Amino acid sequence: MQLLQGLRNHIGLVPNPVSQATRQARSRIRGAEVSISVCPYCAVGCSQLVYTKDGRILDIEGNYESPINGGTLCPKGAATWQLIHSPLRELRVKYRAPYSDHWEERSLDWAMERIAQLVKQTRDATFVHRDENGLVVNRTLGIAHLGGATLDNEENYLIKKLFTGGLGIVAVENQARI
Amino acid sequence: MPGLGARLGRGGATTTLASLAESDCIVIMGSNMAENHPVGFRFVVKARERGARIIHVDPRFSRTSALADLHVPIRPGSDLVFLGALVNYVLNSERWNSDPFFREYVLHYTNASVLVSPDFRDTEDLAGVFSGYDPQQHRYDPSSWQYAGRVQPLDGERWPCRPRIEPERDPTLQHPNCALQVVKRHFARYTPELVEQACGVPRDLFVEVADTILANSGRDRTTAFCYAVAWTQHTIGTQIISCCALLQLLLGNIGRPGGGILALRGHATIQGSTDIPTLFDLLPGYLKMPQAIPQHATLADYFAHERPATGLWYDMPKFLISLLKAWYGDAATPENDFAYEFLPKIGGDYSFQSILTMMKDGIIKGLFVMGMNPAVGGQNARLARQALANLDWLVVRDVHEIETASFWYDAPEVRSGEVRPQDIKTEVFFLPAAIAAEKDGTFTNTHRLVQWHDKAVDPPGDARSEAHFVFQLGQRLKELYAGDESPAGRQIAALTWDYPTVGPHQELDLMAVAREISGYRVSDGRPVAGFQELADDGSTACGCWIYSGIVTPEGEHRAKRRRGDDRASLDWGFAWPANRRILYNRASADPQGRPWSERKKWIWWDPEQQRWVGYDVPDFPASKPPDYQPPPGARGLEAHPGTAPFIMMLDGQGWLFVPRGLLDGPLPTHYEPWETPVTNPLYPAQPRSPVAPVFLRPDNPYHEIGDPRYPYVITTYRLTEHHTAGGMSRWVPWLAELQPAGFVELSPELARELGITTGDWVVVETARGCAEARALVTERVQPLVIAGRTVHVIGMPWHFGFGGLATGGIANELAALVKDPNSLIHEAKSFTCTIRKGRLQEGVVR
Amino acid sequence: MNSESTLVGRTRARPGAFGFLTDTTLCIGCKACEVACKQWNQLPMDDFGFTGMSYDNTGDLGATTWRHVAFIERVADRQGRRPTRLQPFQSHWLMLSDVCKHCVNAGCMEACPTGAIIRTEFDTVVIQQDVCNGCGYCVPACPFGVPALSPLDGKAHKCTLCYDRLKDGLEPACSKACPTDAIQFGPVHALMDRAKARVAELQAQGVDARIYGDEALGGTGGIGGLNAFFILTAPPEVYNLPAAPELPQRRVLPAFLTTALAALVLGVATLLSFWRTKEVRHG
Repeated sequence: MQLLQGLRNHIGLVPNPVSQATRQARSRIRGAEVSISVCPYCAVGCSQLVYTKDGRILDIEGNYESPINGGTLCPKGAATWQLIHSPLRELRVKYRAPYSDHWEERSLDWAMERIAQLVKQTRDATFVHRDENGLVVNRTLGIAHLGGATLDNEENYLIKKLFTGGLGIVAVENQARI
Repeated sequence: MPGLGARLGRGGATTTLASLAESDCIVIMGSNMAENHPVGFRFVVKARERGARIIHVDPRFSRTSALADLHVPIRPGSDLVFLGALVNYVLNSERWNSDPFFREYVLHYTNASVLVSPDFRDTEDLAGVFSGYDPQQHRYDPSSWQYAGRVQPLDGERWPCRPRIEPERDPTLQHPNCALQVVKRHFARYTPELVEQACGVPRDLFVEVADTILANSGRDRTTAFCYAVAWTQHTIGTQIISCCALLQLLLGNIGRPGGGILALRGHATIQGSTDIPTLFDLLPGYLKMPQAIPQHATLADYFAHERPATGLWYDMPKFLISLLKAWYGDAATPENDFAYEFLPKIGGDYSFQSILTMMKDGIIKGLFVMGMNPAVGGQNARLARQALANLDWLVVRDVHEIETASFWYDAPEVRSGEVRPQDIKTEVFFLPAAIAAEKDGTFTNTHRLVQWHDKAVDPPGDARSEAHFVFQLGQRLKELYAGDESPAGRQIAALTWDYPTVGPHQELDLMAVAREISGYRVSDGRPVAGFQELADDGSTACGCWIYSGIVTPEGEHRAKRRRGDDRASLDWGFAWPANRRILYNRASADPQGRPWSERKKWIWWDPEQQRWVGYDVPDFPASKPPDYQPPPGARGLEAHPGTAPFIMMLDGQGWLFVPRGLLDGPLPTHYEPWETPVTNPLYPAQPRSPVAPVFLRPDNPYHEIGDPRYPYVITTYRLTEHHTAGGMSRWVPWLAELQPAGFVELSPELARELGITTGDWVVVETARGCAEARALVTERVQPLVIAGRTVHVIGMPWHFGFGGLATGGIANELAALVKDPNSLIHEAKSFTCTIRKGRLQEGVVR
Repeated sequence: MNSESTLVGRTRARPGAFGFLTDTTLCIGCKACEVACKQWNQLPMDDFGFTGMSYDNTGDLGATTWRHVAFIERVADRQGRRPTRLQPFQSHWLMLSDVCKHCVNAGCMEACPTGAIIRTEFDTVVIQQDVCNGCGYCVPACPFGVPALSPLDGKAHKCTLCYDRLKDGLEPACSKACPTDAIQFGPVHALMDRAKARVAELQAQGVDARIYGDEALGGTGGIGGLNAFFILTAPPEVYNLPAAPELPQRRVLPAFLTTALAALVLGVATLLSFWRTKEVRHG
């Protein structure tokens, strides 16, 4: 019986030729550093292990330790690696001038400065210190913000603090209502 | 959010995903949990393996139904009839009236015994409206909804507080005006027959659901409800959820393991972005944004009108003043009202749908969009794109070039030649964003659990975090406004904005932001241990009081704790408030503080230690004994007796009858969706919500009730394989291939009538617009018989758009701007449409 | 109903063999297994398109899809009536995550002329990419239609049962990701014991459950059982699985004998024909 079992690993009487690559096969995360992340998709809050080597993410999978997902992920969570390495991911600033029919590439610094100027311009043009009833309102309706549910809590805090608390932008909304 | 908040005190899920495994019965309604929260659903499977009954009430037979014990097909938009009938069935059942558990729970933990004002008139008395309705303004004056003996009883107890008045009660629960009897009368017509007529659910099936829930609630058993946006996205969404809270209070399922109401949310931190709100009407920690009204003119005015005398909200000044100190630092002093004037005052509704119309009408000129795709996710999508095209400038920050960034050259109307890019003035910036694994920070999950994610690598190219963007923008603006003494200049100058930066991209140190959110002593910067340490004299600063204590005095971020166990996992992350996992868990013990049963014990009073002990952090003052009675004149939580589990509420009780906090009535009432093929069987004269905010404008036409041009009910939803408006999935090849194209699901019965077969192109149409999709004919969708006539339902996933790999017509082209008055959430789960075989003109949609 | 398989539940897998138990009754059709597999093995997306076959748009196992979730809608009865009271766990919308069966006696391996396909120390069947020459003999040799030639590199590909992960003591990507533990990984004998207990439990609850992949069902015809086996609630054909697969090599001896017989008959006939020709000539 043992012999028969052994023979199943043979071609005829010749043992399976195990190739060099097979002999050396190892998981690519061996020796990688691991960071603990949270899935960016839905609100279940699955814990993810992010394996990196030399500043590159090799693999993202579920964290066994988590009392929520216990190592598992759904298809979206399992695709997080590709979300990060998506061939269609945009990595450069794009700018479209008014009435233009094409994108232009601009530097991040240029875009930041231009945006800051536009915010000031629009805010100054629309800022209301006292409303028609004489009440101090310190607000602008000229600028709005959308988004937050896919960002971090700290980022939501900074957005609300700067936009509402610092600039008087009140039309700040996120996906909680859509 | 107000659906749970108005009755229980907080809008968050009352329980956790893991606690579902301890349920004896799980009702999933208004949610397709297996598809949209697959990993959360594993706890449902666990419960099933332990013998729990799984009930799925849903118009479609979905992947959730496939794993359920009962699938109850229901007409979209009729959920409140079903829930109301459960309330009625329970109240009249033998079990509920004979088992002392229910009476004890309801008598002590709810306002069942309180007498309601004799001025109150029910919808049953007034043909579909409550007393106080103003038909001109489409608004309610809630003064007749108050407790007996007071005109404005709850308002009269504001700060500076008058003596607390005990409302009149009838502990026998027999008085015709006690809350329980009012509720009972209100729902008397919500019968199994009405369910059959309005929901299309056979009577015996409804009774089976009701009996199952009833049999699995009580001292020794608990039933949980799971819902998602299929309850929320209705003009009466808040009341649907509130009706569930009412039912779960009656059944004694709140605050207990395996019980409760689990709100299943769909974005990584949609809970967090409500707690620390990027929402127009809230400040962090559910403090109300001050309004441009005399009652909010000064900080003292604000407190005088917003601060209650009793309950935890009595401490509101500590929370708001600490927030002002966090935002305005040294510029916030007791002398200047802690810089309260710099908080902008809101003067209207600036919620999402209003923002769209304000853009289109030229009021809003500049827009930031961060990780959101309103060109696909915005109702009346054509209007949404016109709104984008009317902006002076638009900043889109995302991972992919989503439709919101590409509308000016790629939208259907541009492709068709109706609009040319040369006609669109908007100056558009696309800035690439970082993803969670590329930045430090926290998400708050669906059950209020805050978890930290580590930065594993630097974001590539120009990609940066939103924190980086907002911080840099703030710095540049501070520079631009330097020396500006105008009110606008002084506002930005007062803001504290000095965070340390780290790394090659000068990312700001997120721990510094976290410490500010958690709160600290102003004198020496030491983190506070929790909101109990916050003060109202300016000596503490705290960015969000409900997250207070998330950074310990030793400097540890508790969201980084990662020691789970198989019970409450108190050392895995941090659940607001104060790391409590099951909310209102005082109710897991009986009025005397003993566990209701061994099987369902969670926290209980230990007379030895004189403390509440158990598996969780008590959601209750830890050393307040069960027999505590408040002394006269007591304030805050001291005004609540030892039997009051709902600490955020004025009286510490769950509200069966809601005297304040809801704009459309103190009790849930069935109204038809704004667009419906059938009439309201209860109130033919008042078929729709009398107070739903509508947008009466030519670019947002509505269908009349029963409009023969739009005979079908359409409902929209998500698929496992995609995420929201698609920005994180339709561009990702592994996800795109799983669901590569937009489709509509329709029954074989309707398909036969219209000559449609699977794979055909179809066009779905409403007065707002058209969407093209492939047909998927399936028995999982079924026609329902409503009041003797057949109503066909069409289902359409709303993920798709014209960009990315997986494309399809935008479902939101079809939806209208109309919403719930409380939550301001739109109605996308039920409206009317027509469908035909064929295509839109060639080239309009890919 | 007790099928023979649940009573027998036997395979010829050797001690120490590892495999999968895919329990369809727990499957929610989320496709996490498909994506987790693609992620770990870095497989590209397939040919792309809307199929209209329920929620299945990847169609079949292939060179770039090594886990595939099949969707079978069996919702209404003949009168078009939809069910409301359902049997426990998955029913009426059947979902099955298909995968290479890692047969105890593997047709592909026996057909492979280059020795590219080996049986590993885990008793799993792996195609060595550095040996495979793309001859494609394994493709028809598999009774389940698992291996496929990739148009990208011309070689044969299929599930490796995460050979590289197993060597480092890691669980395969698909079973690890599966949210409901519908896919379980472990020693085949332990999984088989678990499967038998689960089937008995399901049957006690009135579910017509059965094991697919022992020597009674699915692992038949000389295959000797499947290291990756399944719990089904309908006949295998419903899931597009063969009820009685057979090793193609099993047909070698009968084919040889038939051929020999045919040759003999033909020979005799030829001889006879000469003889008859002679006769004719004589005639």
